[in-house]
Amino acid sequence: MTTEVEHITGYPFYGKVLVGLLVLTTFTILVPWLNLTAFTALIALVLASTKAGIVMTYFMHLKVEYILLKILVVMVLAIYASVILLTFSDYFFR
Amino acid sequence: MTGNTHLHEEPSYLIDTGKRKGIMAWLTTTDHKRIGLLYLWSIMVFFIVGGILGEIMRTELFKPGQQFYGPQTYNAIFTLHGLIMIFLIVIPGLTVVFGNFVMPIMIGANDVAFPRLNLFAWYLYILGAAVVVISQFTGNGPPDTGWTFYAPYSTQTHTNVIAAVSGAFILGFSSILTGINFIVTIHRLRAPGMSFFKMPLLPWAVYATAWIQILATPVIGITLLMIIAERVFHIGFFDPALGGDPVLYQHLFWIYSHPAVYIMILPAMGVVTEIIPTFCQKQIYGYKAIAISSLAIAGVGYFVWGHHMFTSGMSKEAIWTFSLLTFLVAVPSAIKVFNWVATMYKGSIDLKPPLLYAIAFIFLFSIGGLTGLVQGALATDIQVHDTSFVVAHFHYIIFGGVGFAFLGAIHYWYPKMFGRMYNFRVANIAWCFLFIGFNLLYFPQFIIGLEGMPRRYFDYLPQFTWAQQISTIGGYILGIGFIILMVNLFRKNGEKAPANPWGGTTFEWQLPSPPPMENFATPPTVPDKPYDYD
Repeated sequence: MTTEVEHITGYPFYGKVLVGLLVLTTFTILVPWLNLTAFTALIALVLASTKAGIVMTYFMHLKVEYILLKILVVMVLAIYASVILLTFSDYFFR
Repeated sequence: MTGNTHLHEEPSYLIDTGKRKGIMAWLTTTDHKRIGLLYLWSIMVFFIVGGILGEIMRTELFKPGQQFYGPQTYNAIFTLHGLIMIFLIVIPGLTVVFGNFVMPIMIGANDVAFPRLNLFAWYLYILGAAVVVISQFTGNGPPDTGWTFYAPYSTQTHTNVIAAVSGAFILGFSSILTGINFIVTIHRLRAPGMSFFKMPLLPWAVYATAWIQILATPVIGITLLMIIAERVFHIGFFDPALGGDPVLYQHLFWIYSHPAVYIMILPAMGVVTEIIPTFCQKQIYGYKAIAISSLAIAGVGYFVWGHHMFTSGMSKEAIWTFSLLTFLVAVPSAIKVFNWVATMYKGSIDLKPPLLYAIAFIFLFSIGGLTGLVQGALATDIQVHDTSFVVAHFHYIIFGGVGFAFLGAIHYWYPKMFGRMYNFRVANIAWCFLFIGFNLLYFPQFIIGLEGMPRRYFDYLPQFTWAQQISTIGGYILGIGFIILMVNLFRKNGEKAPANPWGGTTFEWQLPSPPPMENFATPPTVPDKPYDYD
């Protein structure tokens, strides 16, 4: 249904992305050692989300996909965020 | 959708043309139509087992007190009945059978996007089913938790919960793979010129369902693994004694299991939306409203799970929020019902068996939906929570809705699937038995539920006897209806079906009955409207 456009990305670029992911993973490992109390989980979640975003954008080629697919991915993230918010709203008010 | 010249003279998909013959040809097939039938046979076998378990339950409940077996056996039977009916039949049900068989044809595709993954999903389904069945005969006896596996009981009972939970986990995997396959198929394999708003409405319903399958099912998968982790490693997720929270289990369980109701009902609505215009020979009323309401049900339905937990100790604020959201989900459902009735209005109604089932669906689903609002409202939910009112409501939606739509779908696409017709008169008689039996079985449960009859109870007070006896008799009538239906569909002397016995307009009715292995020789021409009866 769509006009396919070829996107060729070289291995060196993927190598750089991989290095970036490994750096973020190193931070993930180091965060608990920094003893940031309540912020530990928050920073770990931000790091994990960033890594997931990088994987989706580059390794799963979302960057070069058509707009509908990008909207669908955002929709999915919004649904999960809303579900988590609704669940935790119960805990905040209980 | 007429005037296409894309047909070819290949033999029917039912004839083995490859290297493998007989059963091996079926077990290794990647054809979407054959895989649809593999699911159909599997589901039928499980349905017979689940139905017999239901009859055994009803027989025990004919009189108060113990009749044939004790309470622990009763608990095991209703757990297995629920597991089979929910996880093996109604959740996959319409999606895997008719989503597989007709959806690719309806969008002008020759197969699904990932045919091998499709077959793999069926094998996972069978494996999951086998593990669920094995759980009944191994370990310390069959699980007695009910199909909900509520914690902390499910983390503490000595019965064989881990095996049953593992089976449900595997079934979830199968469901996710099917969902991914259908979404990619609809995005990538539609015939040239078939925009989303030129698609028939069953593919729309399957599309909305597939999204729920891939978004909600992982949640139950993780939750079931958490039960296993708590049982095996004593990690305190749900058991307060270990620092866990049982309400968290209910949140996680219903985050999947309420959307799962829409996994069940959305394709049923899609089937009804196909049947009604065909048997009224009239264009569907409000095409876009029906298409978008499928997405709206899928979307809003994702946020209403808390209405299962009004009495579980949630915060008041959460209860109000979920109650409001529950009322909102009724809106797109009502839009569909209005559009079906509006389509029938002034249509050339031909009361053939598929339409009878579709009309029964509207009637029974409406009762189920309206009684659902009783439970969505806070005050009345307190009165009816965990009573047989909920059992009646649930069965009106699931059996009256999904079940009758499934039977409607079978009667609608049977000529296409098998190339033979069935006897209309016998089919109508079976429908009568099923409709009367169903209402006798479940309607009394509304009444005694309001009077306080608890659900899942082995025994009951004498004042509920009349209703329990009517229910049991209704169950037997329902069983007779199914026997008549099956005999009618399985008889071998049915006349040969023409390509388009009902005068339908969607692509499947342009193909021979049964269709060839490769559906279309060339991509079909897509008309402006999928239901053009002018």
